[in-house]
Amino acid sequence: MTTGRPLLRPGSLGTILLAHTGAQFISFVRNVALSAVSVVMPVMLFALIAMSGADREYAPGVTFGAFYLASMAAYAVSGIMVFNFGVTVAVDRGEKIDLLMRAVPLPPILYLLARVLTALAFALIALVVLFGFAQLVVGVRLPLDVWLRLGAVLLVGSVQFIALGFAIAYLTGPNAAVAVSNLTYLVLAFASGIFMPMDSLPEFVRQIAPYLPTYHYAQLAWTTVGMDGAGIATSAGWLVGYTIALFGLALFAYRREEGLRFG
Amino acid sequence: MTAAVRLVGAAKRYDDLLALDHVDIEVGQGEFVAILGPNGAGKSTAIKLMLGLRHATAGIVELLGGSPQDIATRRRCGVMLQDSGLPKMLTVAEVVRLFSAHYPRPRPLPVVLAMADLTGLARRRIDGLSGGERQRVNYAIAICGDPEVLFLDEPTVGMDVASRHRLYDELARSSAAGRTILLTTHYLEEADRLAARIIVIDHGRIVIDGTPAQVKARVPGKRLALAARRALTPADFADLPLHRLQLHDHSATLLSNDPVAVLQGLVRRDVPLVDIDVTGAQLEDAFLSLTGAGAAR
Repeated sequence: MTTGRPLLRPGSLGTILLAHTGAQFISFVRNVALSAVSVVMPVMLFALIAMSGADREYAPGVTFGAFYLASMAAYAVSGIMVFNFGVTVAVDRGEKIDLLMRAVPLPPILYLLARVLTALAFALIALVVLFGFAQLVVGVRLPLDVWLRLGAVLLVGSVQFIALGFAIAYLTGPNAAVAVSNLTYLVLAFASGIFMPMDSLPEFVRQIAPYLPTYHYAQLAWTTVGMDGAGIATSAGWLVGYTIALFGLALFAYRREEGLRFG
Repeated sequence: MTAAVRLVGAAKRYDDLLALDHVDIEVGQGEFVAILGPNGAGKSTAIKLMLGLRHATAGIVELLGGSPQDIATRRRCGVMLQDSGLPKMLTVAEVVRLFSAHYPRPRPLPVVLAMADLTGLARRRIDGLSGGERQRVNYAIAICGDPEVLFLDEPTVGMDVASRHRLYDELARSSAAGRTILLTTHYLEEADRLAARIIVIDHGRIVIDGTPAQVKARVPGKRLALAARRALTPADFADLPLHRLQLHDHSATLLSNDPVAVLQGLVRRDVPLVDIDVTGAQLEDAFLSLTGAGAAR
């Protein structure tokens, strides 16, 4: 309360945003089942699959380690986004914390923004841990600018998964959200070649993959580490389209819920 | 001076249930008003309309002369709802700090904790608290912004007797300091003890709007169960201040606002009592003795 900076006056939007971001971050960290898995799972999978043979050439100029690191980075960030929104938003609804938030002078957009910042901060942590492990333990060597671009591209592209998580949270019940988020997300990730490389997946999966949001998201990561792909522009176009469509769906589900509970 | 709360012809319909049937309520600033009614009477709906948590199907709803949806208006209000949840991974102090951030002149944390009787629980996490302790956290959230108008929906549900009485004292102090307080309850005793004005709602309509004395004249607050050594007759109870007398041979139950006068009357008539049990009347019972819109149904 001693700061004289206008942004952080008590009751100002900046203060409110900061308070909610902090509170959500602490809550997510203390929810160890969710937070630890979000950080540890990608590292573990990466270790299991890429520890041996990380140096072999997977594509011209790209080691298997670099390729699979890009896959796991995409998995880490998109997972945090889907679960942070799909599961925690649904839990908030189930426990009627959203009702409390509406009863206090809190612009709903700030609450949403605090969630986005929390998820992004957590995704950044997961990336730093994964990149650190890949570089120091497995010995994946990439130029500094590639590390940075990989992180940036994944964080920016993850916006669509916020929308996906949101849509799931509002379309399903509080209890179903965990299962539905898991299922939707795992199927999407698997079918896009994130866990296992595309060339080891069945033919029909390879046929539908280019229409999936996770595929194009992963393409961004793979292209960044030097793989040939559909091209950044094409994948980015798909992602923008999916982002708009998913946000539309999320908005529809949110409005429907509004009418039912707060109409 | 603008009214703290104004409902004019306010109605709320949920599908085929008319939860609030075109009511008029005006609460002036500085008033302490209790909205009293049995479960499902429309109390919570009335509060939710006042706070903009529900939209009225018909009528006008004003909070401090403005729209309840307006953030600037809401900053001047504190709210304790009956069915809202708390972020369970946070500690009590963290929750109070989080909600204090919404207000331009928040009360200092130690003051809020003391007022809500939470000082000893400051470091405890919400998911380790009892129902009554969570209610106190909800109260802390309601008062942390030092609000002009305080809304409390069934604030004492789940609280033990000591906490309940400490809350009564707190509310009396806030009221004496000029704050507007609007609470719902289904205990006549609670409304009577705290509020200067009681609005009785049943089936979505206002049944009585008056002073505690006026309400008590029509809503009995105590339930007496008696047993005697001989069979009891209506004559034993003639002209005593009671409602809903039910005789079962050697025993009787009745509702009254003056159980002492009833007992004195029985003693004067030499009724050989062997057992007496006085409890707070359930409003659902008490309302059956009311004539008027609510009682007929």
